[in-house]
Amino acid sequence: MDAPARAQSTSPRIELEGITKIYPTIVANDRIDLRVMPGEIHAVLGENGAGKSTLMKIIYGVLRPDAGTIRWNCNAVAIASPARARALGIGMVFQHFSLFETLTVSENIALALEAGVAGAALDARIRDVSERYGLPLDPRRHVHSMSVGERQRVEIVRCLLQQPQLLIMDEPTSVLTPQAVEKLFATLRRLSSEGCSILYISHKLDEIRALCQRATVLRAGRVTGECDPREETSSGLARMMIGGELPHPRHRQSTTRGDGTLVVRALSLPADDPFGTDLIDIDLSLRGGEIVGIAGVSGNGQKELLAALSGEHPVAEAKAVVLNGIAVGRQGAAVRRALGLAFVPEERLGRGAVPQMSLSDNALLTAHRQELTAHGFIRPDAVRAFAQATIARFNVQASGPGASARSLSGGNLQKFIVGREILQGPRVLIAAQPTWGVDVGAAAMIRQALVDLRDEGVAVLVISEELDELLEICDRLAVMARGRLSPPKLTRETNAADIGLLMSGSFIGAQGVARADLSSAGMTDAP
Amino acid sequence: MRLRLEARPEPSRLMAWLSPLFAVAATLVVGFVLFAGLGKNPLEAFDVFFIKPVENLYGVGELLLKASPLMLCAIGLAAGYRANVWNIGAEGQLTLGALCGGGVALALQDGGGAWVLPLMLVAGAAGGMAWAAIPAWLKTRFNANEILVSLMLVYVATLLLSLLVHGPWRDPEGFNFPQSRMFADVALLPNLLPETRLNLGFLLALAVVAVAWLFMRRSLVSFQMRVAGLAPDAANYAGISARRTVWLGMLIGGATAGIAGVNEAAGPIGQLLPAMSPGYGFAAIIVAFVGRLHPFGILLASLLMSLLYLGGEAAQINLALPSAVTGLFQGTLLFFLLAADVLINFRLRVARPAAIGAVRAAAGEGI
Repeated sequence: MDAPARAQSTSPRIELEGITKIYPTIVANDRIDLRVMPGEIHAVLGENGAGKSTLMKIIYGVLRPDAGTIRWNCNAVAIASPARARALGIGMVFQHFSLFETLTVSENIALALEAGVAGAALDARIRDVSERYGLPLDPRRHVHSMSVGERQRVEIVRCLLQQPQLLIMDEPTSVLTPQAVEKLFATLRRLSSEGCSILYISHKLDEIRALCQRATVLRAGRVTGECDPREETSSGLARMMIGGELPHPRHRQSTTRGDGTLVVRALSLPADDPFGTDLIDIDLSLRGGEIVGIAGVSGNGQKELLAALSGEHPVAEAKAVVLNGIAVGRQGAAVRRALGLAFVPEERLGRGAVPQMSLSDNALLTAHRQELTAHGFIRPDAVRAFAQATIARFNVQASGPGASARSLSGGNLQKFIVGREILQGPRVLIAAQPTWGVDVGAAAMIRQALVDLRDEGVAVLVISEELDELLEICDRLAVMARGRLSPPKLTRETNAADIGLLMSGSFIGAQGVARADLSSAGMTDAP
Repeated sequence: MRLRLEARPEPSRLMAWLSPLFAVAATLVVGFVLFAGLGKNPLEAFDVFFIKPVENLYGVGELLLKASPLMLCAIGLAAGYRANVWNIGAEGQLTLGALCGGGVALALQDGGGAWVLPLMLVAGAAGGMAWAAIPAWLKTRFNANEILVSLMLVYVATLLLSLLVHGPWRDPEGFNFPQSRMFADVALLPNLLPETRLNLGFLLALAVVAVAWLFMRRSLVSFQMRVAGLAPDAANYAGISARRTVWLGMLIGGATAGIAGVNEAAGPIGQLLPAMSPGYGFAAIIVAFVGRLHPFGILLASLLMSLLYLGGEAAQINLALPSAVTGLFQGTLLFFLLAADVLINFRLRVARPAAIGAVRAAAGEGI
């Protein structure tokens, strides 16, 4: 209750009034008001497409508003460029990092700073700042040798070196283990106590309730509420965010046992990419009627494992990957798909879908075995009908089967891709980050679709960074760290803290202990 | 002041189709200036270049005759280009097609019947495909750049043909000229229109374009090749083989270029010469792009390119201009087309100092 009092006693750090940004087809920001006090950690909460990113880009000078005013420390300002924003004292840590892998931490930071600061003097400043805020960093290390969490530290330190008065964090925890999230929050609280304001963009309600003092909720480009998130429940926040209850998948204890199986035995695969992760001795098995989840911070070999499972990167040993009883290690994706494998990749545009092509064409991309061709010729009506069925069944917001893939929002395209794969009636489905960057409503629908598929007897493998999601839908959970996969645990016998520990690689080198745990839990590896 | 190119959010489809017309218009403007600079009356020169050659039936026949190899080569190249397979060696594949098809005609001498021409066409297509298979194999096996390999093989093909017509295939009654014997009548394409040199090869070319249209529009294979060209990761994800795409892209181009070679040998030329084509295989690259890699566009573009060949010949005779004028027009056309395409995808901005700062910031922070 002291926030209003403070608001009266001090002037806001930044104040937006009536900010409007109109694109040819949508109003991304509609008369948005936002006020952040000095030292306040202020959440901007909203689904994907609610206008959060547009608003942050306006504050950081990447976009210019069509109407409205920005007052910075009570002075009206026009932020024409990111350089201007930085000169004012605004820093931003993006969701996707922009670091040169072949350069050192110090070199990367020097590139972003004004000319003339480099070398030993900069190293000293980096050490100084990183120690002060609990962000240990070695300025001489090369970025390619660093984990995702460490890279985020580089980005944060790069901002802090410019002594910002306002720090914008865009979905910062999506790449962190639960333990690392705690450390990040400590750093942010420390910054806040020193008077630095923080705009914290997220869709994770629990985090916002734990960290933020104020929250502005956006829906469809408008402010739908402002509150103190510490006094709200998650479902209260969700109502403001999506205008309804937060949906949860209906859970049934699956009794159906499908005949689809995917077995990985002693899969080792050196990485092609010099900065990739070698897969080491991976064992995994799943059978029809269960969902197995693989948790872990991305960059620990998930990408390489997925490519080996999908057939995009065949492996030398045929028996390393056995699909429905057939050794397919050396086969490409086409053979594996013909055997009943479907796959939802992490990258939607450019991998799961061809951006320039229509939804019809993108349906044809993987679903052409569903009698969409005859004698090698495409049946346009059948293709359109399949695309239309996918759009209807999975509630894809698109102008129709002729809409290009890139014209869809991320969540809608993901629904389309998931739908396309599911409607092919797979026996084994692999989904990578199925709800990454997808709004709450669409994410719930996708999770429900995966659960339904399991209930129909399909074997489902989900690789995700969202631990809550995995705990919610999976029957068994394994963790990927440094190219190795932990033995799976029954989801009902584990929790976030255990999994977080595994994420940091605690099971490596202690395989014997892990196996002992497993047998004492009475769990046997499925065939 | 600095100029920079800024990507357009959504390139205009209308402009993509109009850009060949802009390029033609700009080429004509350059031609106008060029003729004036050379001391010719530009209007008169245009008349000689673009109108006179097609004023009579014979001229129209020549136009269609020269358009045939251009559209054949271009349609095959387009199939590859749509899949990002860059076959630059149609000229060499055409030469091999003429060599193999002509080899059949020479081997049979006066023998054979109605089956000789089909056999020659098959042999020519096979020859062109064999020549295109070399860059395809090197690409899929060793990742050798197909642009360089297919281009270099053009010169090997020309020298191979030259070797044969200077040596074993030289006409014994030809006064030692480096040329083969004339083909027998059964090995020549029948004439279509009296008073012209237009032959059955033109209809064959049209048929190939029609088949290509069906293939590109409706076949799953062509769709998959296009996916491989647009988004290699999506192709790999969907199980579309990149190797198969390279092989098909090269072989289709080789086959149509080989047929074009047979058309030349069994059509207007009627024998094998050291050079079978005035650069049709290279001009076809321009035809493919001016035609927007679309069968119908290629049909029109091949007529335009054919007119440039005819005009160039007329300009040599009537205006005493060097033969290089044809190549110059071709080059100018391609230049303007590529320039127009850049402007479809990007817009030109004058960068002010502040904007340069923004670029730098964007480079630093990945915006």
